[in-house]
Amino acid sequence: MSNVPADLKYTRSHEWVRSLADGTVEVGITDHAQHSLGDLVFVEVPDAGRVVKAGEACAVVESVKAASDVYAPLAGEITAGNPQLANEPEAVNTDAYAAWLMRLRPAPGALAAAALMSGADYEKFLAAEG
Amino acid sequence: MRQARLISQVTGQKGGRCLEQAGACRLFYCLKSREAPHGTTDTLFRLHQELGARIVDFGGWDMPVQYSSQIGEHHAVRRGAGVFDVSHMCVVDLKGPRVRAFLRHLVANDVAKLTLAGKALYTCMLNERGGVLDDLIIYFLTESWFRAVVNAGTRDKDLAWIRSQAAGFGVEVTERADLAMLAIQGPEARAKAVQLLKPADAQPALALAPFVGRELGGWFVARTGYTGEDGLEIMMPAQDAVPAWRRLNDLGVASCGLGARDTLRLEAGMNLYGNDMDESTDPFESGLAWTVAMQPERAFIGREALAAIKKNGSPKKLVGLLLEDRGVLRSHQKVIAGAAGEGETTSGTYSPTLERSIALARVPAGTGERVQVEVRGKLLNARVVKPPFVRNGKALVS
Repeated sequence: MSNVPADLKYTRSHEWVRSLADGTVEVGITDHAQHSLGDLVFVEVPDAGRVVKAGEACAVVESVKAASDVYAPLAGEITAGNPQLANEPEAVNTDAYAAWLMRLRPAPGALAAAALMSGADYEKFLAAEG
Repeated sequence: MRQARLISQVTGQKGGRCLEQAGACRLFYCLKSREAPHGTTDTLFRLHQELGARIVDFGGWDMPVQYSSQIGEHHAVRRGAGVFDVSHMCVVDLKGPRVRAFLRHLVANDVAKLTLAGKALYTCMLNERGGVLDDLIIYFLTESWFRAVVNAGTRDKDLAWIRSQAAGFGVEVTERADLAMLAIQGPEARAKAVQLLKPADAQPALALAPFVGRELGGWFVARTGYTGEDGLEIMMPAQDAVPAWRRLNDLGVASCGLGARDTLRLEAGMNLYGNDMDESTDPFESGLAWTVAMQPERAFIGREALAAIKKNGSPKKLVGLLLEDRGVLRSHQKVIAGAAGEGETTSGTYSPTLERSIALARVPAGTGERVQVEVRGKLLNARVVKPPFVRNGKALVS
């Protein structure tokens, strides 16, 4: 049973979204995702300044088993990629909700328009996925 | 089908699909299954579940990929000791007065080399075109009894082939489905594993020379392995396997799954049948020329085809690749070798010991020291090296 914090929002592609006080959002992959992938060996994060659309592949997490794209949960501009993950990709396995991949400033209206799930809905989604 | 017994399918990609390449799942532990008739690992299966293993379908067997961390299990083997359930491998006893002559005909390496009781030989079994049907280990037990261990995924094919060839030599072929097999590997493996035996058997077990096996206390103990570390592989009655595993855990031997098994064997430069060679490839283009005994003169299946290839020189070779850029090499990626032409990776992974990616690749014979590999649309730089990449815990390449 994976960990699903109630104060975050979630996507169907297993990203989590945390709203920060300055209006930006922090994005990472869920505990379920890191568990499926196994030990991560490389993480590629986007550069600050990049403009992304909702659903656009903008980061990569690579485990021994496979490489997996990470998708922008909403449209906006990347304000930072997490520099820690270049040397410590395993931080995502250790604590998926602390090891953010990127921060972005949502485009106007993008956060409201985003199809994000609550923690409870993500848990139901995981149970249904099987 | 054993699908109902699966706990969970390993998903390499988010969204639930396993890693698929070229339309068929090529990750060795995702081979699509057939009904597995054997119950020998049913009790080990429950133990793997109890230990929290992530289970996948491997050729009809439900096998543990990892128990805690694939990388952690890899390091445990290189630095201490790990135990693997290899009961899915197929043990075949071959008996009869002409068994030695039969095997000299059947396989590409020469069992005439086996004169010490218990000595083992690694060999390919070829078809008439020189294509590799399987790679296997053969133990010489007595002049009328040899034992072969063949791959799980090729069990049906191998048994049918062996039986059809054996008929002409009057050799009796018996699959030993009653046996489980554990591999205990690492610098501390033998010292710990022999503690499972009665004291009178522990000493002879510890004294085994590399690549020799011996019946001790009803178990067949061999100093063989697939990790590049020292260790033992033990064939035992199925009911002994769970108590043996628990005792090994108590002795500090880590439970290790197929994931670690793959990173270990690739670091050790050991081929995996189905990836690095198959029926469409011959030993010379698979890095296995060393396993073919063309001398002394001996009529073995595939000899003429090999002699023709040898005469003209093999147009391809199997090499090791060390990725210099960030990323992970996988199988079936295009290798660009400049003027020499193009090739393809056959196996690839992340090497926990080297902390970068390694691969085996089949490339044109004229390939030089540097190549590029196409990885998810980008060209990454790799250095060509001679495997193995790691031996006895130490990196051989830098």
